[in-house]
Amino acid sequence: MHTEVPKNTKTKRPRTKKTLSLKQKEGLQGYIFISPWIIGFLCITAGPLLFSLYGSFTNYDVTSRMDFIGLSNYIKMVTNDDLFWISLGNTIYYVVISVPLTVFGAVLLAVLLNQGIPGLRIFRTIYYLPTVLSGVGVYLLWMQLLNPTTGLVNTMLSWIGIQGPAWLLDPNWTKPALIFMKFWSLGGGMLLYLASLQGVPKSLYEAAEIDGANAFKRFIHITLPMISPVIFFEFVTGIIGGFQVFQEAYVMTDNGDGGPANSLVFFNLHMWDKAFNVFDMGYAMAMSWVLFIIILILTLINLKLAPRWVHYQGGDQK
Amino acid sequence: MSKEANYFQSVKVKKRIKQTIILIVLILGAILILSPVWWMLATSFKSMTEAMQYPPTLWPHKWHFENYIETWKAAPFTRYLLNTIFITFFVVLGNVLANTFIAYGFSKIQFKGRNVLFAIVLATMMIPGFVTMIPQYVVFSKLGWLNTYFPLIVPAFFGNAFFIFLLRQFFMTIPNEMIEAAKIDGGNHFYIWSRIVVPLSKPAIATVAIFSFNGAWNDFLGPLLYVNSEKLYTLQIGLSVFKGQVSTQWNYLMAGSLLVLLPVLVLFFIFQRYFIEGMNITAGTKG
Repeated sequence: MHTEVPKNTKTKRPRTKKTLSLKQKEGLQGYIFISPWIIGFLCITAGPLLFSLYGSFTNYDVTSRMDFIGLSNYIKMVTNDDLFWISLGNTIYYVVISVPLTVFGAVLLAVLLNQGIPGLRIFRTIYYLPTVLSGVGVYLLWMQLLNPTTGLVNTMLSWIGIQGPAWLLDPNWTKPALIFMKFWSLGGGMLLYLASLQGVPKSLYEAAEIDGANAFKRFIHITLPMISPVIFFEFVTGIIGGFQVFQEAYVMTDNGDGGPANSLVFFNLHMWDKAFNVFDMGYAMAMSWVLFIIILILTLINLKLAPRWVHYQGGDQK
Repeated sequence: MSKEANYFQSVKVKKRIKQTIILIVLILGAILILSPVWWMLATSFKSMTEAMQYPPTLWPHKWHFENYIETWKAAPFTRYLLNTIFITFFVVLGNVLANTFIAYGFSKIQFKGRNVLFAIVLATMMIPGFVTMIPQYVVFSKLGWLNTYFPLIVPAFFGNAFFIFLLRQFFMTIPNEMIEAAKIDGGNHFYIWSRIVVPLSKPAIATVAIFSFNGAWNDFLGPLLYVNSEKLYTLQIGLSVFKGQVSTQWNYLMAGSLLVLLPVLVLFFIFQRYFIEGMNITAGTKG
């Protein structure tokens, strides 16, 4: 539909229309160009956002009812839904371990790759590869890799004399299993850090070396500050993404049943169940707003803390 | 003098030792990273008994190429493939058209409220998908779009915050003088967009196309929510259903998974440059 828009602008452009100044005309065209986004924003983002905010105060079930019930959904969530707390706990567990671990691993990998070793391009390709692989096929692969007896992971562990856990079958190990799987695709972050590291002037390291700073000190005082904006970016997006973990848990437990002892009931999995299995949409929308607010608060905290540790070169970030 | 030479000699040796250790660590890491992919490949060629054998074999005794044909025949994968190609084509088309158009507006035209609106674009990246998912589902169901591809395709024509950001970043590197010159020659913005900015931005557009191809190809949640009848299944849904059908036949499951992942893999090896470039645009602006 929007592809028609530019054609209209052509007909609107005739010079006879003297009422609009050149600047206003330009402005109008600007709005025409971004109009697909404006329409999309209103119809598939802002509108739904408001609907779900209102819906969260109702007992909406798609088909018949939509009565205003005040804070009931939120009260029920906090006081009368054990799975809500379990799902929140599972999700926080996942985020708290997975995000820092992946950031740490990716930084370490990028630093190693940046030591002027031969074959950088090949290594970069190999390490980035898992990031490209996603979807059901990868989850099925990992279900097999994590098989307690015949899987590759425990086979490899047995080579170094470690008896591997039962991973997806043991409630204590299901989340580490998913964190492990996520860690496999640390190459995405690695690429960003590597790009950023390659922009660090060599002279900085040379100067520090002359001043007698050892490798560790150079890492802490030069490397880390220089790549801190990327770490910040990865950290913020990692938290936002981590709180929304869904697909892997859905596919790797039989159609989202939550795994052994509900250990893989993540927030979104519980929300999905409420919305599309039980059709308690009002409640699910209330849950989605709780998640939104958690993410919002964490992002604001991150932005607030950023000036303390994120070092921007030149100051102007645009 | 010789003392100094010795010093440099020892620094050089130390450096070489350090490099060797790093290289060994990286090679071991690379083997670990690649081992799941090898595992998938090896398993897909094993016989069913060998795939379940303990201890597992790292190299198939006999290569069962027929596994692939049997897998493909075991479920309507051809149908799933055509469906997925159809959806992916329109999603990529929508994303490339809409996002270059929008990003042009945000980078090459001055208008009131531009910065505020762009800030909103960036802010929308923070909204969890599940918040808008339920109302979207309601709207699409009221439109009678359930069990059609419209909910999967239509949103792609209305812009994506990350792609807008990425393309805007790239468009800003195109000198404004070129735009001005084209304007003096009588070109309007639509002309400049289609004849100057888009042709000059092929690398960035390729990045968007590849990322959106991957997104559409691997999308599981969308079809899971909106598609019910089997003849509309995509590869991702088909594969997850297939898992239920052949639960223990891991050789078939791995063959199926590999076939589904193959286009993405091929694309990655051909257009690797664009994947990396896309990431670098992101990194360049963050760091």
